Amino acid sequence: MKTLLESDLFLLTLTVGIYCLGGMIYRRMRTTLLHPVLLTFLAIIVFLKTADIDYARYREATSVLDFALGMSVVALGYLLYEQVERLRGSLLPVCISTLAGCLAGIVSVVYIASAFGAERTILTSIAPKSVTVPIAVSVSGPLGGIVSITSVVVFCVGIFGSIFGEWILRRCGVTDPEARGFALGSAAHGIGTARAIELGAAEGALSGLAMALMGLATALLLPFLEKYLY
Amino acid sequence: MTGIFWILLFWLIGNGLSRLTGGVVSGNVIGMMLLFGALCLRWVKAETVRPAARFLLGAMALFFVPYGVGLMDSFGVIVENLWAIVVSGILSTAIVLGLCGRIFQRLNRHKKPTA
Repeated sequence: MKTLLESDLFLLTLTVGIYCLGGMIYRRMRTTLLHPVLLTFLAIIVFLKTADIDYARYREATSVLDFALGMSVVALGYLLYEQVERLRGSLLPVCISTLAGCLAGIVSVVYIASAFGAERTILTSIAPKSVTVPIAVSVSGPLGGIVSITSVVVFCVGIFGSIFGEWILRRCGVTDPEARGFALGSAAHGIGTARAIELGAAEGALSGLAMALMGLATALLLPFLEKYLY
Repeated sequence: MTGIFWILLFWLIGNGLSRLTGGVVSGNVIGMMLLFGALCLRWVKAETVRPAARFLLGAMALFFVPYGVGLMDSFGVIVENLWAIVVSGILSTAIVLGLCGRIFQRLNRHKKPTA
């Protein structure tokens, strides 16, 4: 029985199955806190603990998903192309805001966390917290971060941003729909973009662009910043 | 299927370039830039990549589930640094939101004299 539960096929089927089930629950309930991915994380951890299967085995069994994640980073190049085509002409404000957001995001998260006494591994793991998960793990992993911390923190940042984002933007006096979409995509990547699409077409388009550009800027800048920051 | 080929090919070239430059930027990020460049220069038609890219982007959340499950091993480290992570995560996200929104709004206004 244990050998069946430990098999690659079973663990993979279980992962995809729970993910689909999580999606169904999410569509019923409509609360961002019950995000399907969060439910999937928890359900699988509970299963692995109960069945006494270690993480290394699970990781090995689902390595095909890891590979697909690598492919989806390349596919983000397509998303970037689609958004840039749509927005010809207004690229300068987009580039300046991306650069500012990227630097501010990295510097602030690193300094605040180190003020609370977090060690270097943690700082590296959370430095790319504003960008989409596949890019964040491709950046923090090679630099010596713990990728599972990166993925969970990035994910929670996305949820936080999509819930409180509009309130924070209103407090900061940001009323322009395009600027609101752009900010949501910059700070809360894919989850923020999903929220921005619900707000309107202009918000959604800018948000997708911001997400792709933030990912790119962070991937290129963080390896250099990391040497000087901490 | 052609889309999958292009994505794999650019990833492969990206890995090669990453190796050559000492691995500062990971191969898949270089692959992303190469794919973007090839699409802009019309070396690769957008239609050929679209189905594969749409599929991969749509299922992206599923692909990172194994990383999240890694929480079961790194849970202790997170709890030790819980305050540092929570406070810096929340404040920094608010900073990025406010800053990006303000700058973009300011720059965007120049473009549209009516607003």
